[in-house]
Amino acid sequence: MPRIAVFRKEHFNAAHRLNNPAWDAAHNAAIFGKCNRPNYHGHNYDLVVKVTGEPDPATGFVIDLKVLSDLIQEKVLNRFDHKNLNLDTVEFKNLNPTAENIALTIHGLLRPHIGAQYDLKVRLYETERNFVEYPAE
Amino acid sequence: MVYLTRLEHFNAAHKLYNPAWDKERNEAVFGICANENWHGHNYDLYVTIRGEVNEDTGFLFDVKKLSGLIKEHVTEKLDHKNLNLDVDFMQGKICSTENLAKGIWQQLQPQLPADVQLHCIKLYETARIYVEYFGE
Repeated sequence: MPRIAVFRKEHFNAAHRLNNPAWDAAHNAAIFGKCNRPNYHGHNYDLVVKVTGEPDPATGFVIDLKVLSDLIQEKVLNRFDHKNLNLDTVEFKNLNPTAENIALTIHGLLRPHIGAQYDLKVRLYETERNFVEYPAE
Repeated sequence: MVYLTRLEHFNAAHKLYNPAWDKERNEAVFGICANENWHGHNYDLYVTIRGEVNEDTGFLFDVKKLSGLIKEHVTEKLDHKNLNLDVDFMQGKICSTENLAKGIWQQLQPQLPADVQLHCIKLYETARIYVEYFGE
């Protein structure tokens, strides 16, 4: 069977700030600029989850997109939507919530729940013009 | 009469919270938007002005100047800020999209020359939620 990629788009709104606790305030401000401001700022994050595999001959589906949607809701959106990523989530207690790290984290949250026969890729838009993808290849 | 619109954007944290109410009532009314540790948005701001075209320039108003006014009086105050804590013109107000649009109008309107009228502040909080304010 040919391999086909299917995609599900979701979104969540969250506050964050970029800060390295190993650095002093001046160095954090120099590196992270306005993203380091102490009272946080926020984004409408757009998330695209890509699952690649062979369609099941019985259903014609690679993966039931309702099942994928529910999984993203449960594992990702319930954790991050309308939250402060730095203060309200265990995932970013000790991890800087850059778009890179958020994408890696989302991949890690979803991967155990998607069969090994599928490839999983996560694309995360922090703004319309800033987005990251994991894995890169 | 022509209408001219400039699109700007900013990213900010906020929460919806009425300090006169207790936590339970705030959560009942504002739901997840009342999260005490804030959440945030990418806001898109459409500023529309109206007036007559100047015969010498062909412009209603120099868009570069309009952009500069929006930047100085609005987006530099809002971008990468906490709307509740960091923004002078939102102090004492609930930071809803409605109130933010009205606040932006009040910031910009006095900055425009007499022959240019502010027509509309259109503010998107998300791709599917926006408000329009016409100064009334």
